[in-house]
Amino acid sequence: MTKIKFIEADGKEHQVEAQEGQSVMQAAMDNLVPGIVAECGGFASCATCHGYVDEAWLKKLPPPDSAEEGMISCAYHVQPNSRLTCQIKVTPALDGLVVRLPVSQTSE
Amino acid sequence: MEERIIIVGAGQAGGELASSLRKQGYKGRVLLLGDEAHPPYQRPPLSKGFLQGKLSLTELYLKPLATYERFDIELKTGTRVEAIDRATKEVSLGDGSRLAYDKLVLATGGRARPLNLPGLEDARLENLFSVRSISDVEAMRGRFVPGNRLVIIGGGYVGLEVAAVAVQLGLHVTLLEAAPRLLSRVTGPEVSSFIERFHRERGVEFRLSCEVRGLELDEARRQVRGVSLACQGAPERLEADLVLVGIGLIPNTELASAAGLAVDNGIVVDEYACTADPNILAIGDCANQPSAYTGGRIRLESVPNAVEHARVAAATLVGKMEPYAAIPWFWSDQYGVKLQMVGLSTGYEQCVTRGSVDGKEFSAFYLKDRRVIAADVIGRPAEFMAARRLVSSRAEVDVTRLGDAAVPLNSIAA
Repeated sequence: MTKIKFIEADGKEHQVEAQEGQSVMQAAMDNLVPGIVAECGGFASCATCHGYVDEAWLKKLPPPDSAEEGMISCAYHVQPNSRLTCQIKVTPALDGLVVRLPVSQTSE
Repeated sequence: MEERIIIVGAGQAGGELASSLRKQGYKGRVLLLGDEAHPPYQRPPLSKGFLQGKLSLTELYLKPLATYERFDIELKTGTRVEAIDRATKEVSLGDGSRLAYDKLVLATGGRARPLNLPGLEDARLENLFSVRSISDVEAMRGRFVPGNRLVIIGGGYVGLEVAAVAVQLGLHVTLLEAAPRLLSRVTGPEVSSFIERFHRERGVEFRLSCEVRGLELDEARRQVRGVSLACQGAPERLEADLVLVGIGLIPNTELASAAGLAVDNGIVVDEYACTADPNILAIGDCANQPSAYTGGRIRLESVPNAVEHARVAAATLVGKMEPYAAIPWFWSDQYGVKLQMVGLSTGYEQCVTRGSVDGKEFSAFYLKDRRVIAADVIGRPAEFMAARRLVSSRAEVDVTRLGDAAVPLNSIAA
């Protein structure tokens, strides 16, 4: 089991057990983490599973593909460490990953 | 006694509502009733990844069963609600039992519109399909083998997505559309002709302005053998190994009607998802709701609407009251190319394209009074996000700059 911590914009923490092979977004959905909407279900079509990945972890992840990059570039509340959590696959190497969530996935 | 919310319909709207109630801290009982055998699942991949065999059943499920248990959501699958008794605040189920509710939410969705042709009433056709549920796709998947001849009736998104999967799997595909162009109700001619060319190049044949006259059945009346049609008046017969009907959705409003709730192209609700009965709400594909975007009423058939509408209902049920204000959006995927649409183009005065209409990456913006009311974005995801903002801000735009792909889209608003 890979442990991932989601931190809502107001600081509320959710520690979840993620399954290898699923996406970080799905791990949040399975655990009813508020703050991730995931409207499109994980197809990089809506940018509503946007999260901030700490710099140290960011380097360990495969870089975003063009679709993810495109969606992120115009998502709400973007930072340099923004990723779509639906595009990050859970592996044992991600044990301890911390993902912070934006104030809103759908508005300014 | 503990308060109890019953959600009728375990589709994307019902599932999201159950989750949202817990996320928003609702402490009472939550009962989620679905008539299918499955927990809530994603429908968009049914006509794409699941049909193609790339996604498994459990990958379709929005959440594993353990999640419902862990968050105390009582999920009852294979459970059909037959009637609502508003006086006693009870629903009656298919097995004759009754369940009491404090609040009832109708998330009953819709069903595929059947082909209305004389002479089919008593036939039980094994190779005539629609795509609405897991069982629909499971039933048809075995016939998706190279060389089979598939006739698709209806040139909307479902028909086109299935056409894309089918030609990629080696079937011969002919798609019939009553209108002179594809997707005519939801998009402009520029996008229609792009989509048509895109599919033709990959082997899909089309019959536009096509009237389906009848189906030819085998003697046992169990198999469709052919489809007779008239294309711009010229009669034709197509042989078929299987036929798919993708001609839209009928909202499931019968329960609401029988209970005396207002129904007008969907169950009539206010901006908080409430019907006129203070204890009954309706959400998703089956609901007709006020739209801040159009200023009128609207019934949307889309996942984003189901999800957003469920969140509105959850807020209402926990007493937060947040009106529905989202802008409609949709997406499709054909041959790995993403189509994203925002807004409704109905009533547009001008269409401005950006990028290469001849390639496979361009955007079409629909304008009214110099404002972007809707956009179709093909293969340009960054533009989709910018287009959403243009549509939601209703800012006036400079048409020349809008059509110039060298000008960043997020700087267009005047």
